[in-house]
Amino acid sequence: MSAVIHDTDHHDDHGPAYGWKRWLFTTNHKDIGTLYLFFSLAMFFVGGLMALVIRTELFQPGLQIVDPHFFNQMTSMHALVMIFGAVMPAFVGLANWLVPMMVGAPDMALPRMNNWSFWILPFGFTLLLLTLFLPGGAPAAGWTLYPPLSLQTGAAFPFAIFAIHMLGISSVMGAINIIATIFNLRAPGMTLMKMPLFVWTWLITAYLLIAVMPVLAGAVTMLLTDKFFGTTFFSATGGGDPVMYQHIFWFFGHPEVYIMILPAFGIISQIIPTFSRKPLFGYSSMVYATASIAFLSFIVWAHHMFTVGMPLAGQLFFMFSTMLIAVPTGVKVFNWIATMWRGSLTFETPMLFAIAFVILFTIGGFSGLMLAITPADIQYHDTYFVVAHFHYVLVPGAVFAIIAAAYYWMPKWTGHMYDEKLGKWHFWLSTIFVNVLFFPQHFVGLAGMPRRIPDYSLQFIEFNQISTIGAFGFGFAQLLFLYIVVKCVRGGEKATSHVWEGARGLEWTLPSPAPYHSFETQPEVK
Amino acid sequence: MRYGGGWDPAAPAGEVPDLTNLLENLDMRPFTTRAAACIGILLGATGTAHADWAVNMPRGVTPISRDVYDLHMLIFWICVIIGVVVFGLIFWSILRHRKSKGAVASQFHESTTAEIAWTIVPFLILVGMSVPAAKTLVEMEDSSDSDLTITVTGYQWMWHYEYVGEDVEFYSKLSTPRTAIANIDAKDEDYLLAVDNRLVVPVGKKIRFQHTSEDVIHSWWVPDLSVKKDAIPGYVNTNWARIDEPGVYRGKCAELCGRGHGFMPVVVEALPEDEFQQWLEEKRSAQQAAAGGDADRVARLSGQ
Ligand SMILES: [Cu+2]
Ligand SMILES: [Cu+2]
Repeated sequence: MSAVIHDTDHHDDHGPAYGWKRWLFTTNHKDIGTLYLFFSLAMFFVGGLMALVIRTELFQPGLQIVDPHFFNQMTSMHALVMIFGAVMPAFVGLANWLVPMMVGAPDMALPRMNNWSFWILPFGFTLLLLTLFLPGGAPAAGWTLYPPLSLQTGAAFPFAIFAIHMLGISSVMGAINIIATIFNLRAPGMTLMKMPLFVWTWLITAYLLIAVMPVLAGAVTMLLTDKFFGTTFFSATGGGDPVMYQHIFWFFGHPEVYIMILPAFGIISQIIPTFSRKPLFGYSSMVYATASIAFLSFIVWAHHMFTVGMPLAGQLFFMFSTMLIAVPTGVKVFNWIATMWRGSLTFETPMLFAIAFVILFTIGGFSGLMLAITPADIQYHDTYFVVAHFHYVLVPGAVFAIIAAAYYWMPKWTGHMYDEKLGKWHFWLSTIFVNVLFFPQHFVGLAGMPRRIPDYSLQFIEFNQISTIGAFGFGFAQLLFLYIVVKCVRGGEKATSHVWEGARGLEWTLPSPAPYHSFETQPEVK
Repeated sequence: MRYGGGWDPAAPAGEVPDLTNLLENLDMRPFTTRAAACIGILLGATGTAHADWAVNMPRGVTPISRDVYDLHMLIFWICVIIGVVVFGLIFWSILRHRKSKGAVASQFHESTTAEIAWTIVPFLILVGMSVPAAKTLVEMEDSSDSDLTITVTGYQWMWHYEYVGEDVEFYSKLSTPRTAIANIDAKDEDYLLAVDNRLVVPVGKKIRFQHTSEDVIHSWWVPDLSVKKDAIPGYVNTNWARIDEPGVYRGKCAELCGRGHGFMPVVVEALPEDEFQQWLEEKRSAQQAAAGGDADRVARLSGQ
């Protein structure tokens, strides 16, 4: 996209501090990016373990290993950990590493706040995970925390809400930092419409975060005062309204869905052109499509609530607006295909994950379109069909994009090439098992298996067993990823500064590994 | 606080399955037995009855459920056709435009015509899809002119049914034995889908359901009727069904409602009109007799 006039001359005169202080006090965008990414990987395994508890219990009908109440804690915590601990921090970590390098800046605009926004996270999650050991256990009302059920939570309740507040503060600070960096530190000549798509999608995501995280904070604070301070926001007996919580929650919740997928769109839009050796097709339509998706995300929230008894007009409105989202999403997919079309394709690991993303995310998009059809949604709602749908967009969607990004930029980060052979193994194992894991869930959902149940009737046995096998396969395949990352950090074939033949963008003009302060002299962009 | 509490707040203890006890049963099994059971599981020996693999939404037994099924299949096939085209293009590109086959990258990267085309065409498909969807939705929401009204109330963890104006009401709870849930006894075909008192309804009549709840949110769902509505405290939601064929139709609570959420099935039994009237009459007199008996006993005991 953008051509660079001259390589930067860089001086490594003030490198990082040594030992633990480097990580605790760091204000460097790369160190903080690394912290975010490893934190996210750790949470990915924690949340994954919870998923395996769920899948093990569901391997067979009957209750085998856990109490149904603990099962509910697992489904709730799995979601909270994966959303707020794994996917979102991974994207913020990638933004930290990449945005300054992509816009030609030395660092993030607000480095001290950057440190704080990361270091809140480990405390927030310690608090959240410790609730598992409190009387009554962790939150068990689903990650959506619908009242009145969530008000039956035990001692965990205020801790979980405080943890959610901390995660929200962290996200908002991260978002402010990204916006400030993009608007203030772009290299001369890099107009908005010359920014790499990853930067664009993150800019829009950051606005979504600032818009909706406070809404979540408000919703859970009202829960808190309902429980402890005698308010009745959501209690019908006190003149409140339990459905109002769902409206507020999903006003946050639906944009949240896009917070977890727009940066993934950005990543895929960087990777596919590189390995197709062709410029991204329809750059400006990609930008407009991202913006349209972001706008629409604010007016579709009640599609999560078609069974609560909305007026007909409301149901029609939310059905039509939700169906509309298929249009800009389709534009994205078509543009990616047009980018590959008549390119000169090679299939290194990042490209493999990117192609799998396009295909499997599209499957998640199809089920999303089906879910938009309100009368049919009455049947799909709260079944495993929905579980299959959002796992398709989140696992082979968001998570595959994060993994693709890790492979794609790891040589730039570490200065070493990762082990390509193991990377391909990781790809095939992940892709096969993720489908074994989630595809059968479409079938059990359509056939009538509700979500969030610890035990099921007998017509669902076989698909649940297949799904559980897929879960263990997918989980163990990720240990291979951990091994590949560690191996790459420790050594390996030296990476060139350009790394990939077809790569374009400022980050590839920096040496590998990238210097501690990315661009000390701003490059000029034509 | 009721977290982790008893099974059924409304009925006397011991009458309904109690998960607390159930899990004590589970934990009392020696570890070796459980380990053996786990190995058995891994070998695929589930030791239970098998129902057929179900892979799709049931077509159901009401006009609405059939409309919904048709909508589901329509949108499904639209997705399949788009999928074949989209994935076909991707795989074609993967196979034919690879560098290892000597493909040289062309550098085109823009086409306003293409962008407009792939914006307009999907939009038109969606408009086409929205017409039957809206039509069905309008029908679903019209619960006027019903022949019979039943109030369905959700409790942690059972249902209560009241035939409005008929003087008949009762609770309906899971009747699957807890020994089957704990894997001590074999599971039968209706495992987790059987209740003590079925909701009996007439065929061919427009039945209006009013949904509410006495504690948390539940959701009353019978796939064959395409009826799923949240039962929300403080709300009365309505929907309806007109069942064509006599039969037994089973469903589940669909909204997470706590520990017993997986254990509150719905069983609807549709009878021909005359049999239904007979059932209703018997149920009514039985309930009146029980109530009368109670009144007699109260009168006797208080010496009046
Ligand atoms: Cu949504
Ligand atoms: Cu329930």
